[in-house]
Amino acid sequence: MRAANAIAGTLYYYAPVALLILCWDLGSRLGLLSADLLPSPEATLAAFRAVLDSGELAQQASVSLFRESMGFLASVVVGTVLGIAMARIEWARVLIRPVVTFFYPMPKTALIPILLLWFGLGDMSKIAAIFLGCLLPVVISSYNGARGVEPLLVWSARSLGAGKFGVLWKIILMAALPDILSGVRMALALSWLLLVSAELLLAQKGLGFMIGYYGETGDYATMFSAIIVVVLIGSISDRLFLALMGWSLRWRNLSA
Amino acid sequence: MSKIKFIGVKKAFPGHGAEAVIALDGIDLGIGQDEFVSVVGPSGCGKSTLLYLLGGFLELSAGQILVDGKPVTEPSPERGIVFQHFALFPWKTVMGNVEFGLAESGMPKDERRAVAQRYIDMVKLTGFEHSFPNRLSGGMQQRVALARTLACDPDVLLMDEPFGALDAQTRHILQQELLEIWRRQKKTVLFVTHDVREAVILSERVVVLSARPGRIKAVLDTKLGADAPRTAVEDLCETIWSLLREEMALTA
Repeated sequence: MRAANAIAGTLYYYAPVALLILCWDLGSRLGLLSADLLPSPEATLAAFRAVLDSGELAQQASVSLFRESMGFLASVVVGTVLGIAMARIEWARVLIRPVVTFFYPMPKTALIPILLLWFGLGDMSKIAAIFLGCLLPVVISSYNGARGVEPLLVWSARSLGAGKFGVLWKIILMAALPDILSGVRMALALSWLLLVSAELLLAQKGLGFMIGYYGETGDYATMFSAIIVVVLIGSISDRLFLALMGWSLRWRNLSA
Repeated sequence: MSKIKFIGVKKAFPGHGAEAVIALDGIDLGIGQDEFVSVVGPSGCGKSTLLYLLGGFLELSAGQILVDGKPVTEPSPERGIVFQHFALFPWKTVMGNVEFGLAESGMPKDERRAVAQRYIDMVKLTGFEHSFPNRLSGGMQQRVALARTLACDPDVLLMDEPFGALDAQTRHILQQELLEIWRRQKKTVLFVTHDVREAVILSERVVVLSARPGRIKAVLDTKLGADAPRTAVEDLCETIWSLLREEMALTA
């Protein structure tokens, strides 16, 4: 019964998306949308089938997923460590904070050309772009979270035998987790933006490359199916991350 | 020889202007092994600061604090503390909180689960092992904090207005339970409170601090034998109240 309710709720939630697709279909059928500008859902689906069956889609998507997950995970680990160090260790704050403040307002995509120059066409330049672009949101949210930790929690842990270093990850990391995870969620969304931008600009593989390549050769239906795959992966990863976040923060919202 | 010795203890905090705020000055006090001592004083007199210094959480501005003859330099599980607002780890269950100190001491998992269970039972929270703190009432949270601290079996128990955030009924019950625990597993207790009656009922000696900068104004023997007259508690409370009124008149 509960499962049925959950499914009904999800359908209701996504009904506007279905409506949008319906309008797209209707518009194409009635000739309101030119097939040159926006291929019909039917044509898109057919193109999607073709790249799925040929194995091209799986291959390109796995290249992109690899780049995205490497860059994203590296930024989460490094960003959390830097943010906590900045909040809790005086010399780390003196060293890191001005750099973070200086680079924070820079549009992350501005880095891509120079990274392509440094690391070339392959995976490394994409991973570097995602890593650098996602780093600062994680650093800043970890820093804010770690700075606001209730001092008595630290005192409690110290008087229960935890060392100064152990407190950083046993107490500070855990207490700052709500802030850290919301920064990580932002980074997750950014990682797809950076991936596609970098692959669009210069690449030989990946979903972004597919979008660019088929766009330039005029195969809009295939281009569109690649775009839809990016949207789907991005939105599914966000839903999964939200579920993970809810589980790791289950201690927060349990008001009896 | 005293278990705990405060020698010429002074604590100053940097003020907003150039002038430092002196919280405590010239504190000399000895506390015997297994003695239960309370500290009362007007608000802002530095009674909690005294406790935090003994805990090793704050640095002394002058003087020395000795425990078993050794100076206090940093926090230690030998000196457990219970705070007014519990300071439980909200992301850990009751069991996880009580196990924390045991895990830090390197106790193997099975053993620490058994020890933690014993303390959870002792504070009457059997059945709540897997609840998170924010599911529990204030009184229950303070029981968890007490179990978490006692599980490490500290020699010295520091209590910072531990029952101040609780309703009168819960406070009364926890006071009695604390006394029972203290009688069973002898510990040296330093208990900070603003509740004069609580101090008289629980402790063997009450230290009265003056208004800021906190100095020791008086130390009263409040150990009441079974043959003490029925009015003894009231008389002691009245004596302490009149001492406090003198101090309040200076600050109010």
